Amino acid sequence: MASRARLVAQGVAIGLVVLLFLLLAWSLLHDEGGDLAKRANRGDRPSAPDFTLERLDGPGSLTLSSLRGKAVVLNVWASWCIPCKEEAPYLEQLWRSQRAKGLVVLGLDAKDFREDARRFASRFDLTFPLVYDGPGDAIGDYGVTGFPETFVLDRDGRVVQAFAGAVNGEDERIRLRSAVESAVSS
Amino acid sequence: MAVVGGVLVLAGGASAATPNAADLESELVCPVCETTLDQSNAPIAQRMKAFIRARIAAGDGEQEIKDALVAQFGTEVLAEPPGGGFGLLAWLLPLGALVGGALVIAVLIRTWSRRRPPPGPPDDRLDPQLERLVDDELARFDA
Repeated sequence: MASRARLVAQGVAIGLVVLLFLLLAWSLLHDEGGDLAKRANRGDRPSAPDFTLERLDGPGSLTLSSLRGKAVVLNVWASWCIPCKEEAPYLEQLWRSQRAKGLVVLGLDAKDFREDARRFASRFDLTFPLVYDGPGDAIGDYGVTGFPETFVLDRDGRVVQAFAGAVNGEDERIRLRSAVESAVSS
Repeated sequence: MAVVGGVLVLAGGASAATPNAADLESELVCPVCETTLDQSNAPIAQRMKAFIRARIAAGDGEQEIKDALVAQFGTEVLAEPPGGGFGLLAWLLPLGALVGGALVIAVLIRTWSRRRPPPGPPDDRLDPQLERLVDDELARFDA
C-alpha cells in the first residue's frame, strides 16, 4: 500500500515536470512574434500574422489579408509615443506618393485611447487607413516591444523588412524606401 | 442616536460611491509596462491617471471607470482578473495547484514517515512442507 502511494506521488511529480516542460516547449514554439523581425531582416519573408481590427478612421473593421495584392507599410504607433509624432508626416507623404503604385500605409494604433488616437490623426492630417488595437493583442504576434515599429509587407502578405523604432533618420528612410520598392514590385 | 447612525450610514454610502483615485490606480494596470498605475510613470499610465481623475470629477463610480478603461484596453487592464468566464481560471488554477501540491506532500510525508521494521537476524527456519520434502529425499537417498 505504501509503495503504491509512493508510486502515485512519483507519478504525479513526474507528470507535473512533464507538463511544465510541455508548456515551456509550447511557449517557445509559439513565440513566432519574437523572431518575425529577425527572419524578415534575414530575407526569409515570413507571412505577416493576420488580424481584424476596428477602424479608427471610420466605421467597421479591417482585415489585413483583405489587402492582399497590395504592398503594405504597417506602422504600429500610439498617440503618447514621441518619435511617432516625427514619423507620422513622413508616412503620410510616403502614402500619398506611392499609393498609385499599389502601396497602402496602414496605421495600427495600440495601447492608446481611441479619442487620443483620432486627435493625433487629425493633428497630423493622416489620410491613410487606421485601425485600433487597444489591448495590443494583434501586435503581440508581431513581437512588437516598443513604439513605433514598422513592417513592410509584399503583395502576398509576407514581411519584407521590419523596423524597430522610428523611421526618422536618413539611413532608416533609405532602407524603408528600398523595402517599399521591393514590396511594390513583388 | 438614530440621527448619528443615519449620518454614519450616509457618510459610509458617500465614501463607497465616490471612488478614490489612489485605490483605482492600484487596481489598474499600465498596458505598456504591465505594473499597476501607481507604480508607473509611463506616458500612457499618466494619461490613464488623468482619465481616472477626470471621470471621478465628472461623478463616475468605480465600476463605471473600470468599465470605460476595459472598453479601451481590454480586461488585461484589471490587476485582478474578472471572476467569471476565462478569468475564473486565473483564480482556480493557483488554488488547484495549491491543493494538489499539499496532497502530494501529504502522501510523501506519510510514506516516508512510516517506520520500516528493524533489521533482525535472518530467519533460517525452513518451511515445514519444504523440510518434510528434504527429509523424504534424504531418507530415500540413505535407503
